[in-house]
Amino acid sequence: MAELLQVRNLKKYYPVKSGVLQRTTGYVKAVDDVSFTLHEGESLGLVGESGCGKSTLGRTVLQLIKPTAGEVVYDDKNLSDLSFREMKPYRKELQMIFQDPYASLNSRKKISNIVTEPLRIHKISTIKEREEKMEEILEKVGLNRAFADRYPHEFSGGQRQRIGIARALMLNPKLIIADEPVSALDVSIQAQVLNLLQDLQEEFNLTYLFIAHDLSVVKHISTRVGVMYLGRMAELAPKNALYKEPLHPYTQALMSAVPVPNPLIKRERIILKGDVPSPQNPPSGCAFHTRCSACMAICKEQRPELKEVQKDHFVACHLY
Amino acid sequence: MEPVIQNQEIPSIKPKQKAKQGPWGMAWKVFKKDKAAVAGLILLAIMMVAMALAPFLPFADPNEVDLTNRLKPVGTEGHVLGTDHLGRDMLSRIIYGGRVSIIVGIIAVTIALVIGSALGLIAGYFRNFYDTVIMRFMDILMAFPYVLLAIAIIAALGPGLMNTMIAVSIVGIPYYARIVRGSTLSFREMEFVLAERALGAGHLHIIFHHILPNCLPPIIVAVSLDVGWMILAAAGMSFLGLGAQPPLAEWGVMLSEGQEFIRVAPHVSLLPGFAIFLVVLALNLVGDGLRDALDPKSK
Repeated sequence: MAELLQVRNLKKYYPVKSGVLQRTTGYVKAVDDVSFTLHEGESLGLVGESGCGKSTLGRTVLQLIKPTAGEVVYDDKNLSDLSFREMKPYRKELQMIFQDPYASLNSRKKISNIVTEPLRIHKISTIKEREEKMEEILEKVGLNRAFADRYPHEFSGGQRQRIGIARALMLNPKLIIADEPVSALDVSIQAQVLNLLQDLQEEFNLTYLFIAHDLSVVKHISTRVGVMYLGRMAELAPKNALYKEPLHPYTQALMSAVPVPNPLIKRERIILKGDVPSPQNPPSGCAFHTRCSACMAICKEQRPELKEVQKDHFVACHLY
Repeated sequence: MEPVIQNQEIPSIKPKQKAKQGPWGMAWKVFKKDKAAVAGLILLAIMMVAMALAPFLPFADPNEVDLTNRLKPVGTEGHVLGTDHLGRDMLSRIIYGGRVSIIVGIIAVTIALVIGSALGLIAGYFRNFYDTVIMRFMDILMAFPYVLLAIAIIAALGPGLMNTMIAVSIVGIPYYARIVRGSTLSFREMEFVLAERALGAGHLHIIFHHILPNCLPPIIVAVSLDVGWMILAAAGMSFLGLGAQPPLAEWGVMLSEGQEFIRVAPHVSLLPGFAIFLVVLALNLVGDGLRDALDPKSK
């Protein structure tokens, strides 16, 4: 598979200011040295606890938040070097779906207005062509074209999320960053929307960067999965390898928390001790060493690099 | 999780009897139920029509002096509301005076609204430096008692109707800047603004197409309540001799001229006072109704 987008050593530090003079006293390392490659047509799932930097990573890739350091290479261009204006043509190909289907649609605009907005911003095609494109896309995401004249408040959460998906599709993007697109929906609706996303992926040859905190959702849609902890990538592997044989102790703990719908299977749950350390003051060495059951001396001193221990299976842990 | 549920949308809700009802349509529905607000609106409409059409209606000239018919009481033949100390017809003076007062109110509010909203949008959207500079300046303006500030501005500019208008609108600017900044702050963090950025929309596009329309409901409520305040303030300035000057028919001027004769002919000062009361009351009723109708919680 061809490489579509490369993220190299991406960092996003937020300064922490305190005192009367608002001096910078430290940084919250929301995304700390993350690298990965997106291949065309794949879905890379990103999982991790809340606050581990998944959403920040997604937004930083799209340059909605300017990274502190690092590169996002798309089409041989480093997107983080571009100004907002220079970035505009690339936005046609890199789109985003948002978490909250209520907040992500402007409640004062009709659906037709919301969905054709991308074409208007990029000044593509005539009004009539925009209408036709809108009707085509609405039907693709399973919405009646008669809905175009209505306002967002007349729709359910799942329908609104479909509207958000339609908006992202209007520009024929290649990559869609889906930031927890189903976590605000009911479970039955989640399945519908996930299946829709899969169907659309096949039809339009889309690539997904799929951010979620629900392991079963990620398992359903992803081809590869990345596990994040405190702004760092802990493990990155093809879906089956990761779910069958998680290598990083943190991934193992996460996997053991997934409920199995069979009461006869005895499972051994790994209960993590303590809380997630503050990203403002992450532990030295491996960020996970404070909670890790296999912690060694080296873990406290040296930060483990993400290395390939099996084919395509990357893990950042001194055990391997 | 297996894909048990297939991807099929139920062909959707049957169209309601009244589909496509936008946010404004729903607000109107709530507004209609508020009897006081509707009464205020009707009262306001009647006054506006009478004032707008005054030159074409058979009213006496408001400035025609008739010293033989001075201080006639209400109900005199030919002068329904009597005459003032120069024998001028009170009814037509009140109607023509209302034209001046309402125009002053509307223009003053418009100036305050445009400048205040622009400042509020800039402060709320761009935050940081702009926010600090603009809002601290607004705080300084708000720190003055408003009448004192208006008088000070008129003192600097010189008395007159135009300067009164400018003065009361400057006093009103911080009010709008605050309201608009507040809503801008809340909307700029919404995901739909981020979605616009992700689509490549520029700041101006987002401000004018997305933030401003969402700020309209509080702005409209503020305007409807504020026109009354501005009319009152402008009349107050005129009463103090700083605004409109005699012989112009203006409510504040009439009130001030009539006070000398309050014992012999109370109607000369009471009637313009009552007119101010009615307009401000009607505007407040409408404003309260609008506030309920446009409040997202009332839906």
